[in-house]
Amino acid sequence: MEKIAVRNSGYQISRGRISRVTLLTETERLFTIVLQNNETLDHDPGQFVEVSRFGVGEVPISICSSPTRRDAFELCIRAAGRVTAALHRLKPGDEVGIRGPFGVGFPMTPLAASDVLLIAGGLGIAPLRSLVHYIIDNRRDFGKVDILLGCRDPQSMLFSAELEFWRQRIDINFLCSVDSAAAEWEGNIGLITALIPGVNLDPFKTIAITCGPSVMYRFVIAELLKKGIPPAHIYLSLERHMKCGLGKCGHCQIENLYCCQDGPVFSYPQIKNIRGALE
Amino acid sequence: MSGVLLYKSELCGLIHFLVADQTVIAPVPLTHGQFKFAAVTTLEEIALDAIPTLLPPKKYFLPPQESLLQYDTTQGEKMQAEVAIEETVLFGLHTCDLAGIQCLDMVFADRPKDLHYMIRKQHFTLIGLECNDYCDSSANCAMLFNHLPKGGYDLFLTDLGDYYFVDINTHKGDLLVEKSGLFVPVTPAAQDNLQKLRQIKTKRFKSEIPIRYQDIKPLFEASFESNVWTDIGAKCLACGNCTNACPTCYCFDIVDEPEFDLTRGKRLRIWDSCQHENFARIAGGENFRKERGDRQRHRYNRKFHYPMERYKQIFCTGCGRCSRTCMARIDLKETFNALIEECR
Ligand SMILES: Cc1cc2nc3c(=O)[nH]c(=O)nc-3n(C[C@H](O)[C@H](O)[C@H](O)COP(=O)(O)OP(=O)(O)OC[C@H]3O[C@@H](n4cnc5c(N)ncnc54)[C@H](O)[C@@H]3O)c2cc1C
Ligand code: SF4
Ligand code: SF4
Ligand code: FES
Repeated sequence: MEKIAVRNSGYQISRGRISRVTLLTETERLFTIVLQNNETLDHDPGQFVEVSRFGVGEVPISICSSPTRRDAFELCIRAAGRVTAALHRLKPGDEVGIRGPFGVGFPMTPLAASDVLLIAGGLGIAPLRSLVHYIIDNRRDFGKVDILLGCRDPQSMLFSAELEFWRQRIDINFLCSVDSAAAEWEGNIGLITALIPGVNLDPFKTIAITCGPSVMYRFVIAELLKKGIPPAHIYLSLERHMKCGLGKCGHCQIENLYCCQDGPVFSYPQIKNIRGALE
Repeated sequence: MSGVLLYKSELCGLIHFLVADQTVIAPVPLTHGQFKFAAVTTLEEIALDAIPTLLPPKKYFLPPQESLLQYDTTQGEKMQAEVAIEETVLFGLHTCDLAGIQCLDMVFADRPKDLHYMIRKQHFTLIGLECNDYCDSSANCAMLFNHLPKGGYDLFLTDLGDYYFVDINTHKGDLLVEKSGLFVPVTPAAQDNLQKLRQIKTKRFKSEIPIRYQDIKPLFEASFESNVWTDIGAKCLACGNCTNACPTCYCFDIVDEPEFDLTRGKRLRIWDSCQHENFARIAGGENFRKERGDRQRHRYNRKFHYPMERYKQIFCTGCGRCSRTCMARIDLKETFNALIEECR
């Protein structure tokens, strides 16, 4: 058999150099990555990349920085298994392989000029952070901005210094709730869904975007609908097992949809009747 | 395009002509009335009466394991995308298998295109061979109209007694006919005989399952919550034989294979199966098709329902391989009958 080179293969990687590693919690690290020749990743908020180390493997990770910050991009990675643990061992100067960006991100056109309600649970803050930074960099293009964040406990809170900055901004309404905390915690305790009724919003001017574990979605959507937000104004990001990112390998399939290409961000009406989309 | 005739006495010469400068793959007999596609060099090795082979011809287009990238990490993450190619003739493809190849073509040519598949595919010559009668009772090709040729080949042979009627479908086919010099012009009698055979076939091949083509997708839409899936799930061993044997199953995994020095290696594409337990499991342990019944329902819907929406095409060729190969005796025709019964 003869081997020939494939140009523009969907599987070829771009070389990315890690310029900084920031410890966020015990299990999550933030990697700042610069592409070879200082190319820009050119992504939409909500898209993801396939990150790899040769010899170890490849995993899908959301881009958590905004495309408005062009010289580098950021990935927030939780050590969840074999590949992600290997990525955690990398240091500034090390290289990773990058494929993508892949998929459909957040609805940037309808979002502009709307009021924005962002609801993140746990690691769901990572893709939403990309959008928050985008909004902050183009603040005049958006209406009122509310951000609700829920996580297990104060220790597992990601980006806490940054969250403080969001909290202090007068043009962003930021609320956070933890499932449980020690007595000295001054914030809310309870499920994130409990924060939704208190948000003051105009349902017809608002687009709601939620990102988090799939168990959260049903309850969040119910609360949003109760607020009178039209179903078509609700978007969510779905996580599935992914390998190729190209709509071929079948791992991410939800009925007729390929989460990697048709998603990961879907509007609620798009998946409402797809069995297996919202557990 | 046009047709020519090939006298049976010349078939030996055709194989001889083909093997001269390329690899020729054809069905060969195994034990227990089974067949496989393998490299041949003479006509004697070829089983012209083969029933669908254990593994379908997809093993050549989408090998069980293939290298996508060659990497070298001595100076960072260096790599080169590659594809292994070989000039190959696939001889003796039945209409069901040709339909399967057409399905794979559709998937891999769909954007974003899979260049590895598409480049390799260009190096194949496909020569079909018509089934004049049924292979066995596992087949359901007529239900999907795959008992008749629908393109997808370079040349297509139909046995008409002393000679084959040869349909030329591509320029590649044309060149082959011209260069080999073994073919003769079609006669009116041959045209006539072909018509007659097709008429006989129309009587012989009747939809194996009592359902009309246009009712298939609605059947699967209506039966999503059916107990049939639970019943099959209870039998299924989750071995993945059915998907390996299916000519239109193409799910895969991507894994790295380092060499001994650990700095160099290959990023491989390997066959995977949606029947495996961890196929749709994500970090945190959530599994989106946890039960075997869920996964069987997914397999069937990926043949008869979802591709109808995405590609306007049913992705079952009717070859019967999944039924023949299943150790738990899960049978496609029986599954259909149970679904039809329940939804009546
Ligand atoms: C669109 C998308 C965006 C994501 N964004 C982030 C992010 O921003 N930060 C982050 O930390 N994680 C993110 N993940 C999850 C991350 O991809 C998984 O944690 C990672 O793939 C686990 O791989 P591993 O080799 O470390 O674990 P493994 O040792 O392989 O397995 C651990 C668990 O992860 C599951 N898993 C393995 N491979 C995959 C895969 N390719 N896709 C999904 N699950 C898999 C396994 O089934 C197992 O349950 C995202 C996933 C998707 C699909
Ligand atoms: S071959 Fe049979 S037992 Fe094996 S996964 Fe397929 S249906 Fe289940
Ligand atoms: S589903 Fe079964 S009968 Fe249909 S193409 Fe696949 S293996 Fe053949
Ligand atoms: S990740 Fe392969 S099809 Fe979506």
